Amino acid sequence: MLDQLISDPTVRFVAFGTLKILVVFGVLMTFVAYAVLVERKLSALIQDRVGPNRTAPPLVLKIPVLGKLLQGWGIFQPMADGVKFFLKEDFTPDYVRKVYFWIAPAITVIPALLTIAVIPFGSRLGGEPMVIADLNVGILYTFGIVSLGVYGIVLAGWSSNSKYPFLGGIRSSAQMISYELAMGMSVVSVVLVTGDLNLGKIVEFQAAHGWLVFYQPLAFVIFLVSAFAETNRLPFDLPESESELVGGYHTEYSSMKFALFFMGEYANMIASAAMMVTLFFGGWSLPFVGAPAGTWLGGLLHIGIFLAKMIVLVLVFIWVRWMLPRFRYDQLMDLGWRRFIPLALANIVVTALVLAALKS
Amino acid sequence: MPAFTDLLFFAFAGLTLLFGFLCVANPLSRNPVTSAMFLVLTIVSMAGLFVLLHAFFLAAVQILVYAGAVMVLFLFVIMLLDLGEEERRKLNRVALVSGSAAVIGLAVVLGRALLAAKPMAKAGAVAADGDTGALGRILFQSYLLPFEILSILLLVAMVGVILLSKKESR
Amino acid sequence: MTKVVDRKPLTFYERTYLPTLLEGLKVTARHFMRSVKGGNAALQLGDGYYPEVPWQVAEGYRGAPYLVRDQDGNTKCVSCQLCEFVCPPKAIRITPPGADGVPADRPNAEKMPREFEINMLRCIFCGLCQEVCPEEAIFLQKHYSLTGLTREEMIYDKERLLQLGGVHAGIQKWKHKLEEAREQDTFPVKTD
Repeated sequence: MLDQLISDPTVRFVAFGTLKILVVFGVLMTFVAYAVLVERKLSALIQDRVGPNRTAPPLVLKIPVLGKLLQGWGIFQPMADGVKFFLKEDFTPDYVRKVYFWIAPAITVIPALLTIAVIPFGSRLGGEPMVIADLNVGILYTFGIVSLGVYGIVLAGWSSNSKYPFLGGIRSSAQMISYELAMGMSVVSVVLVTGDLNLGKIVEFQAAHGWLVFYQPLAFVIFLVSAFAETNRLPFDLPESESELVGGYHTEYSSMKFALFFMGEYANMIASAAMMVTLFFGGWSLPFVGAPAGTWLGGLLHIGIFLAKMIVLVLVFIWVRWMLPRFRYDQLMDLGWRRFIPLALANIVVTALVLAALKS
Repeated sequence: MPAFTDLLFFAFAGLTLLFGFLCVANPLSRNPVTSAMFLVLTIVSMAGLFVLLHAFFLAAVQILVYAGAVMVLFLFVIMLLDLGEEERRKLNRVALVSGSAAVIGLAVVLGRALLAAKPMAKAGAVAADGDTGALGRILFQSYLLPFEILSILLLVAMVGVILLSKKESR
Repeated sequence: MTKVVDRKPLTFYERTYLPTLLEGLKVTARHFMRSVKGGNAALQLGDGYYPEVPWQVAEGYRGAPYLVRDQDGNTKCVSCQLCEFVCPPKAIRITPPGADGVPADRPNAEKMPREFEINMLRCIFCGLCQEVCPEEAIFLQKHYSLTGLTREEMIYDKERLLQLGGVHAGIQKWKHKLEEAREQDTFPVKTD
């Protein structure tokens, strides 16, 4: 009976699909929570400070050495933050447009989570491919979903009905449309090399032929910078620039609604790091650990490799935040429209020519 | 599971119609931003219909281009306009008559076309597996001329916009 | 001898933004490495951080303004209200005794405040009250951690300000006046 049930493809699909969604969601949320901690700790170290080192649940400090050490690293800080966000007063100003004000945080988070669905975070684990949805048009799906992310910010800015959030919303819509173009064009040259839109196939191509970052360094640079702009991270965090727009689009938000914007930003950051690993750094493959793993150990190793690469890229995201000053708005537009788009176009043409020459 | 896909089809089709209606004639709100957001939802549920037809590429492009870029620009413009005036505006009788005439005309044309068409035993090779390669081949071989003409049209529009916007500054 | 520094236009390499990027990378990496090795000031403290180990307040720090007494335990403030008028955020409120109010608690002083309040939530610790005081009766002291559970609690009254302020060993203007006056009383006797 049970064997029959397991061998039924529909049951298998639903069961493994649900399991993968739950696990990936759990891991992603943990990553988001700890990305905040890492950001705070890393920024503290860069700025000669100490960072969060005081939070600890009551009994942990009783553990001889480890307790003190964990407290010092701030391991429990994300939990305290989460509890704080839930307990804070959820204040809705009187003058906002209620419906949009309430759904905007959700619209910000959902696309960030949906992007993860097509990313192959491992090769195979017990015969099951390690990707939630193995789409033939994976890259296009990602871009489509990412482009929906702007609605959350724009609506938050507009529905807040006050000037700073509004300016933040306007800025973000212009900025995200501009950099989506450069980002999409940089990926076109990648697709030209691999000849497939399926992210799993792209990773397999890289496992066989080497990482794409060596084939397409210019595309990678454009993609990286555009990713910073798309996720509203410094040096392109104009929609929320604290020094001019108070808090930008989330000025009027508090409590869990604010936390959702925060989670959205970090989830976006992790998603774009995962995307970059998939597109340019060979996904789960290492130059010497090749092809899809047959064993459980190999499968787990591949997932580990993927996560390690992703973490490194997230660290780069965080590091850059404390390294560069914020761009001016016209500089941002200039960089996007007058430098990156022509460069990406030229890159496409050159790549196509080289590929044609190699073929003939 | 044909039943399940049928169910999905009716769900998406119903949602498309509902959102489309709410986009043009929302009884609760005459706010242009609300209309724009319902248009986005219409586009997304249409993308769902494309997925059911196995046209994954079309679905993705639909969301990417229309929902992700065009509608954001719409929203951008609407937000910069004065919304109060739009909300106060009364229904225009001439617009009502001409609009419904256009809808009826379009419905007649569509209905005739649908009735004339014979149900196909099998969808084309492109639609069957949503292969982007095949789609590209068709687009750049069989339909190369219309494709290029469309590109030229867009280019003309772009040049026109630049010309119009530059004129005032001089 | 003057030296003319010519302003060179940025080279192409500089305009690519790359050198700035590398410089930023270097600076942040240097600080990061130093912090990891335990080189920064906070980590060097060794025995702990702020709430457990009190912060060493530097000389000249402008903390909370308190009223002070002189060596004999007298209130130095004469309720001239100069500080009240100079206070930029209007944190000080003085209630003078009025024409037929309570006389000063020490001989020869003109008057003293019936009530003297500083709203520590409004105070910006600028030090203008200390600057303007002709009696040297108010001083910005080293307290930097002012906390309270209510707004009312953060309005410090005269008793509290005097108690927190302590004794200031400065000039005793009125003591000299008193001595002078007493000398006046015994003036004719003073024959040497």
